[in-house]
Amino acid sequence: MSKTYYDPADLRKFGKITEWNEELGNKFFDYYGKVFEEGALTAREKSLIALAVAHTEQCPYCIDAYTKDGLQRGITKEQMMEAIHVGAAIKSGATLVHGVQMMNKVNKLEM
Amino acid sequence: MKKSLLARNNDLANTQRQLEILSNGIFADGELLTFANKIKETNQFPLRPKKLEILQINLGYMCNQVCAHCHVDAGPDRKEIMTTETMQQCLDVIKKTGAHTLDLTGGAPEMNPNFRWFVEEAAKAGIKDFIVRSNLTIIRANKKYYDLPKFFKKHNVHVVSSMPHWTRGKTDKQRGSGVFDKSIKALQMLNEVGYGMEGSNLKLDLVYNPSGAFLPGDQMALENDFKKALKDDFNISFNYLFAITNLPISRFLDYLIASENYEDYMFALVEAYNPAAVENVMCTNTLSVSWDGYLYDCDFNQMLNLKINSKVKHIADYNEELLQDRNIIINQYCYGCTAGAGSSCQGVVA
Repeated sequence: MSKTYYDPADLRKFGKITEWNEELGNKFFDYYGKVFEEGALTAREKSLIALAVAHTEQCPYCIDAYTKDGLQRGITKEQMMEAIHVGAAIKSGATLVHGVQMMNKVNKLEM
Repeated sequence: MKKSLLARNNDLANTQRQLEILSNGIFADGELLTFANKIKETNQFPLRPKKLEILQINLGYMCNQVCAHCHVDAGPDRKEIMTTETMQQCLDVIKKTGAHTLDLTGGAPEMNPNFRWFVEEAAKAGIKDFIVRSNLTIIRANKKYYDLPKFFKKHNVHVVSSMPHWTRGKTDKQRGSGVFDKSIKALQMLNEVGYGMEGSNLKLDLVYNPSGAFLPGDQMALENDFKKALKDDFNISFNYLFAITNLPISRFLDYLIASENYEDYMFALVEAYNPAAVENVMCTNTLSVSWDGYLYDCDFNQMLNLKINSKVKHIADYNEELLQDRNIIINQYCYGCTAGAGSSCQGVVA
C-alpha cells in the first residue's frame, strides 16, 4: 500500500480506470476530451475554468494537471491566481448566502 | 551572469554522462520504452533521411547570454568558434547543395568575427531561404552590432529570434535579467527596417520555448497571443511563431534533475508521442554542421557529440549522395521532437 492517500504518480494511471470498466471509462474520456475542445469558449478559457474548479473541488491531481496545462497555453501566474479567486469567491459566497436561510429560520422561529 | 556547465565543471558537461542518464532509470527498467523500441512499434526503425532540405551551420558556441534551458551550453565563456577555413569549406558546399534552406545558428552567430563576411559570401549562392538565428539582445549588446538589422536586410536574411514569453518576468527568468527589454528594443529596430511588417518580404519569426518543465501548447494559439500582446504593448509585428519543445539534454537536463522534474517530463514526452511527427522529424531533412566542421543528424546530436553514422564525417569531405545513405542516430531525447504536434527548428511538424 502507498504511504499516503495521494501519490502524484497516480495521475499518470488515470487512463487505467478503463481496464475495470472499458465501456464507461471510454465514454467518460470521450466526453472529457470533447468538453475541452475549442467551442463557444476557447480551450484557454476552459483551462482556467478547470483550474478554478480544481481548487474548489480541492483535487490535487486536477490542480497539478491544470496548472501545467495553463503554463503550456502561456497563461500567466497572475491570470491563474485570479481564476482561483473567482472559485474561492463563489465557494465563500455559496457558504455565506446560506446565511439568508439561517436568518429566515431565526425570523420564523423567534417571536 | 551564470557560467556554462563546462566552465562550472558540471557533471553534465560530459556528454557520456548525459547519455547514461537518458539510458538508465525509467528506460532501463522498462517503465518507459526507449525511443528505438517505440518507433519499432510503427515500423519506423531505423530512421532514415529523406531529401536534404536544410543545411544548419553552427558558427560557434560563444554567446552573450547564458539561458537556463540552452541545449548548446552556450555563453561568454565558450570559445569554440568556426574558423575562416571551415567557413570556406561550408561555402563550397552551400554553392552545390540541393538544400533550399541555409540556417546559421550558435551561440550567437553574430559574435563570430567573420560572421559578416560569411553571410555576404553565402548570400551570393542564392539559396531560397537564408536564416540567421539571432538571440535579439546581441543587436543591443554593443554599438558595433546596432546596424545588424540593416545588414540582415541588405542580404535578405530571414531572421528567426528567440522569445519565450510576451511578459518581462517569464522571459528574464529563462534568458537572464534585462533580456526582455533589450529584445523588445531589438524587435522594434527590426520592424523599423521592414522586418515582420505587413507587405514586406523581410521575414521575422519568433521561437517560443516553454520556460519550465512543461511542453509547448498549441502553436497557433500561442502565436495569436504573442501577436496581440506584442502589438498592443510595444507595437511590434512579426510573421510566425515556432513553438519548440525543450529537449532533455545539457542545461535543460540539469534543470530537470535539480528541480526533480526529470521523470515527470520524460513521462509527459512519451505520453505525447505522435508517430505522425516521426515522419517529418527534422533529422530526416536536415544536416547539422558544428563549428569545427563535423556533421551531425541534428543540433542535439551535435551537442552530445554523436557524429553522423556515415563514411563522410566532415564538411571537407561532403558528399550529399553518400550522406543520404545512413541510419539516423536516435536516443530518448528524440521524444522531444515527436511529442504532440512535433517539434523542430521550424516549429511543429505534424
